[in-house]
Amino acid sequence: MAKLRGTGMAAVNYPTGMHLGGDPTQALVHATTTGNFVVTLSSVDLGQGLKTVLAQIAAEALGVPFETVLVDTGDTDTGPHCTGTFASRTTHRAGNAVVMAAREARKVLLEVAAEELEVNADDLVTDGEGSIHLAGAPEMKISVTDAALAAHFVQGKTVSGRGVYLKPMSPMDPETGECDPDSTHAHACTVVEVEVDTETGAVAVLSIKSAYEIGQQVNPALVRGQIVGGAWMGMGHALSETTAPYYPAIDHAPRDFLGYVMPGAAEMPEVECVVLEHPTETGPFGAKGIGEMVANSPIPAVVNAINNALGVRITEIPVTPEVILRALDEKAASAA
Amino acid sequence: MTTKVLRLNVNGEDTLVPVGPMATLQEVLRDKLELTSVKVGCAQGGCGSCSVLIDGELRLACLTPAEAADGCTVTTLEGLNESNSIVPIQQSFIENYAAQCGFCTPGMLVATKALLERNPKPSRDEIIEALSGNLCRCTGYLPIIKAVEDAAAALSGKQSA
Ligand code: FES
Ligand code: FES
Repeated sequence: MAKLRGTGMAAVNYPTGMHLGGDPTQALVHATTTGNFVVTLSSVDLGQGLKTVLAQIAAEALGVPFETVLVDTGDTDTGPHCTGTFASRTTHRAGNAVVMAAREARKVLLEVAAEELEVNADDLVTDGEGSIHLAGAPEMKISVTDAALAAHFVQGKTVSGRGVYLKPMSPMDPETGECDPDSTHAHACTVVEVEVDTETGAVAVLSIKSAYEIGQQVNPALVRGQIVGGAWMGMGHALSETTAPYYPAIDHAPRDFLGYVMPGAAEMPEVECVVLEHPTETGPFGAKGIGEMVANSPIPAVVNAINNALGVRITEIPVTPEVILRALDEKAASAA
Repeated sequence: MTTKVLRLNVNGEDTLVPVGPMATLQEVLRDKLELTSVKVGCAQGGCGSCSVLIDGELRLACLTPAEAADGCTVTTLEGLNESNSIVPIQQSFIENYAAQCGFCTPGMLVATKALLERNPKPSRDEIIEALSGNLCRCTGYLPIIKAVEDAAAALSGKQSA
């Protein structure tokens, strides 16, 4: 009986978004009286940080400070339409819609400012810190707040914009099966080291190292959050998480955290990642989706590492101690 | 069903709460007193999302019969929020991106507070042990462990590594 080490690798190409029957997200942007901007959406933040990312995108496209943008994703009954947070689509879809809406609102903002300053709107620039000024003449300026106040109370204008991003439905070629199902692809490769105890079948994951190519990162800290969380999820799916057994009947499946076993903090190795940025033409400022792919490549990488350690070929998950001990028995039997 | 009136001190306030015989402390805190930081992740002791302090000790509200807390002092995250000592812990969670969906976060904060009260300079292994009853589905734990390490360093006044 021994503790055997192995290394495994797996790569993934992951599509951003789907075409569905046509896949839209809409966004509305408007300025409040004080020059804060509200982005209204039905897209939902699950904790991945969508609101932060969309506020960054809106601020960039509007040319105003991040702190002055409020993202309201409150209500799918009353908000502009979004098909939902899935398919790693929301930074891409909602981001594009927000850029479009923000650009329209920015145009009005600059027109209002131009009227107040008595200059041509085309000659105005924003400094990203709350001011609008004449290009080349920073002293000819008006604050975004004053421009918004003027729009509301003097000029009678709404500083607002509408945005939509639609991935049209792509019918499949009946001959070849060819279609255009997504908007761009992100890529990743994960290398995992494990140590397998051949007596107990227990697996310790020693390290998870990944490289990701996800277009332009909008928020590197949130990207790392996805990668680390996904590495842990992948490890869980590879080693223990399952809704089986369904025998002798479905009510034997786990229904709680005692039967559905996830790795704990103690099982988590350090996670290293590098992120390569190749901006995509279709994305907001070049961003692709990273949502779901983070739990993909770690799974086969863990299984491959186990196979490498033991010289076996396990192809199903989860690779529980029972699966490992059976595989070792089979290997011993076939060698005999 | 006999209703009993419990005498609890919840977050510094004396409270009388009528409860039925099967009520858990979780139901009392969440449903009757509307202290919604006390989450219901599993209601069977498996996730730690309902962590509270009973007489200063870390406990799971879902496994505590309400009657067992009669006469006790109960502190939820809402109560900790009124003390300044939780702020560095929360700040550290923010800076380390230790919350994504946030469902586990109140339980993690209460468990961290309980740990640092009894062990102001925990090792990494002691942190992991102290959080072993708290599940997180989002973060992969590493940011949370780091947040606790940094909070411990900040609270004991030394520079974080
Ligand atoms: S709700 Fe109490 S431990 Fe899960
Ligand atoms: S942040 Fe979502 S469960 Fe921990």
